[in-house]
Amino acid sequence: MIEVKALVKTFADRSSDRVRAVDHVSFKAEDGRFYTLLGPSGCGKTTTLRCIAGLEKPDSGEIEVAGIKVYSSSNGAFVPAYRRPIGMVFQSYAIWPHMTVFENVAFPLRVGKQRLSGVEVRKKVGNALEQVELGQLEERMATQLSGGQQQRLALARALVREPQVLLLDEPLSNLDAKLRERMRVELRELQRRLRITTLYVTHDQIEALSMSNVIAVMSAGVIVQEGSPREIYMHPKTQFVAQFIGSTNQLTGRMRGLLGEGACQVETDVGKLSCGMAKDIPVGSEVVVVVRPENVILHTGKPSGVENVVEGKVATVMFLGEYLDCTIELGRNVVRTHQPHSLQLRRGDAVWVELPSSGCLALSAEELPIAGGIQPDTSDTKNPRLQPD
Amino acid sequence: MSTIALPRSVKNSVALLGDPALLIPLVGVGVLIYLAVLPLFMLLLGSFQMEVAPREFVATFKNYQNAYASQYTYSTFRNSVIFASGSAVLAFALGTALAWLVERTNTPLRLVFIPLAVVPLILPGVLESIAWIFLLSPKFGYINVALMSLFGLESPPFNIFSLPGMIWAHSVGQVPLAFLMMVAAFKSMDPSLEESAMMSGANTPQTLRRITLRLLMPTSASVLLILFVRTLESFETPALIGIPARIYVYTSEIYLAFNEYPPDYGRGAALAVGLLILSAAGVWLYTRSTREGKRFQTVTGKAFRPRQFDLGPWRWVGFGFLMVYFLVVVLLPFLVMLWASFLPFFATPNLDALQKLSFENYQYLFGFRPFWDAMKNSIILAFMSASAAMVLTSLIAWIVYKSRLPGSWMLDFLAFVPITVPGIVLGMALILLYVAFPIPIYGTIWVLLIAYVTRYIPYGMRTASGAILQIHSELEEAAAASGASWWETFKRVTLPLLRPGIVAGWIYIFIVSFREFSTSVLLATGESRVLSILLFTMFEQGQVTVVAAIGILMILTLLTIVAVFYKLSGRVGIQT
Repeated sequence: MIEVKALVKTFADRSSDRVRAVDHVSFKAEDGRFYTLLGPSGCGKTTTLRCIAGLEKPDSGEIEVAGIKVYSSSNGAFVPAYRRPIGMVFQSYAIWPHMTVFENVAFPLRVGKQRLSGVEVRKKVGNALEQVELGQLEERMATQLSGGQQQRLALARALVREPQVLLLDEPLSNLDAKLRERMRVELRELQRRLRITTLYVTHDQIEALSMSNVIAVMSAGVIVQEGSPREIYMHPKTQFVAQFIGSTNQLTGRMRGLLGEGACQVETDVGKLSCGMAKDIPVGSEVVVVVRPENVILHTGKPSGVENVVEGKVATVMFLGEYLDCTIELGRNVVRTHQPHSLQLRRGDAVWVELPSSGCLALSAEELPIAGGIQPDTSDTKNPRLQPD
Repeated sequence: MSTIALPRSVKNSVALLGDPALLIPLVGVGVLIYLAVLPLFMLLLGSFQMEVAPREFVATFKNYQNAYASQYTYSTFRNSVIFASGSAVLAFALGTALAWLVERTNTPLRLVFIPLAVVPLILPGVLESIAWIFLLSPKFGYINVALMSLFGLESPPFNIFSLPGMIWAHSVGQVPLAFLMMVAAFKSMDPSLEESAMMSGANTPQTLRRITLRLLMPTSASVLLILFVRTLESFETPALIGIPARIYVYTSEIYLAFNEYPPDYGRGAALAVGLLILSAAGVWLYTRSTREGKRFQTVTGKAFRPRQFDLGPWRWVGFGFLMVYFLVVVLLPFLVMLWASFLPFFATPNLDALQKLSFENYQYLFGFRPFWDAMKNSIILAFMSASAAMVLTSLIAWIVYKSRLPGSWMLDFLAFVPITVPGIVLGMALILLYVAFPIPIYGTIWVLLIAYVTRYIPYGMRTASGAILQIHSELEEAAAASGASWWETFKRVTLPLLRPGIVAGWIYIFIVSFREFSTSVLLATGESRVLSILLFTMFEQGQVTVVAAIGILMILTLLTIVAVFYKLSGRVGIQT
């Protein structure tokens, strides 16, 4: 179990001001769970992880790892990194180049408090390497391994001491796409098998969604939302979370009124829309309606008896194999949608876009802390040069 | 129509004109062979010859016999090895300790110290030795005198005229080099390698011993090796301290063979060949070990924030070490030189001496012709050799790295050869070459210019090729694609991008040429005398306080010229 309470960590800025990298972060990762800190670079997720590891000394707060209070600002407790029951995998793997594969993994057993016999070390290292399928490579120099193998080696080294907690700092970011996909599955399988409490730091939403029990989305040093992958994706609480996770259409508007429990009506540029609502938003305030592309329905003829229908014109159609990626102009707005490739669409066709109220979510408009890099999936489709047809 | 780069247009003409494209690298190869290979060939020839510039060649092994089978052979070998390895180890230990303290710990004021640690680079080796003679001479050395009166000692505690004394005087001048190389090593180390040791349960001493130091081993080996080779090649300390103390190393043996009466060029050449082989082997090992070291590196492109060790109360010990180093090793030699330059004759600092302080030495120098001649020679030579070396190496680097003309690897190799040639060996080789050849430059500053340019080609090559490699071809191609001609591209894109590197190389070569000693000592005679040689001869004659004044003026001149050049190049938009 990892428990973090009101953790604060500041760094000296260039202008000698102190910047809060982590600002009163609190969370709890239960035993055997896979807990992910997700956020853009600079959001404080790695700093949080390094505070738990003991590589950074926090300014204030409390950290408890496996029942041991490893840091507490109230009584000044600080357990040094090498005394914490933690295994860690670094982004660069940090494989020692002057040691063989075996020596790398044996290192934690040789420097620890309790000294093991040579036979025991050999057995434990063998087991750890088996677990990550590197059993045959014990005598290789560590630098002769490929990127994927180095990654497994780093994992074996982190696990060999049988730590209570595993910390992973963007471990897959240096791998190529295919390998990354495979390692996602393997890593998760291993974690399930060992039932080890795992804290995972990443900026990759797919990794976070596919591997985690719980995700905490971080932005500017604070946790914005915590929940299961499904909750985070389906019910984002803020515009930032909606934008950062998955791709999202956004329509700005003004709250008109409530339509009952968790439902409301919003006046947008494209007309009145009935939406879901996570929390009460005052009538008249500015809101953003978010709709996932896969929830948008297209009609080639005008449908009757359905709400939230807007007439539009097909702007781009991209064939992506599994589906068609289309953008539809709705006046000044553009809505992106995924459609089956059986659909015959051409640029300029008139269509009717249905935005089902179950798929629309009204959120308070906010000023986003980071402008760039939030909508990586939608930006390219707005570029007319990429249009294939 | 515009062409992207010269070689393409050259290549096009190849088909028409036969093979003139080869001319450019061929000329380069010719120049380099003339500068770097021909003297070595003459040296080798001379070492097997009965007499200098003979009417007919008579092969003999007598020179080698004289050089390597004499009663002094063993002691020279022993002295050389002790001197070189002692200096290498001492300079490495000091440099590494300093680098670790400023780079990886929380020692107070460590950042202020980084520029201070490299200040001694400005002090020419000849002056460094003289300053330490002033401080540690058994007869009048200030430190000895002070310690004797302070503790009532019977005899002086230090004697500079000994092997340990030579090692000390030489190695303190090498510390900045070791320091810079080790700082770079500490900087380029991925901190997560140490952090992961922490996460594996290793405490600070365990991490330091099993990870940090082990990772530094390849770099340490190559730093030690380069310090060893440089000491072996050096002649400043062996000349100023070794010869009076009758402690001879290879460089001093070569010098003495040349200076005895009658001069024994053959023996000198044979000794020089031996030293050349030793130094070439060292350089070969060095390049090999650095290549090995690269293999040892971990592949990450991240900008590191190196891990700082918290020394706790020990940080004040570190601070004390930095302070003592700065005061004793950096500041004291300058101060003693300054003090001595105001004295009519060398005296211990006391009230009596205080009253004798005057500008007499400087006034004397003002009317002293040989000083002005030497100053003029030194400045002209430094200026010309820096300019010539940078022009030459920029062209060579461009041919090697941009043109990809056939045979350019040969240029690269030839431009590297002089780094294996010790200064005094080059001097010996050039004597043999120009005594035999009918080019009347022997005894003029032109032979010195050739010597300096040859010696510093590898340094110029390093900065020039570094600058050229940084310029991605696409930057030039983009200029061409924007309609710039080859010349416009060169003028507006290539040259401005190259300039910082070339300026840095120029300043460096200017400094090292200005203070050059071990080649000049054989080549600079009479009217071609340069400052470092004037210092040496006047020191030998016992005019020590005038020498101190020359030293001070030399440092001031160097600082002024470098500062002016730096300013000027800054005004045309260069940041180095």
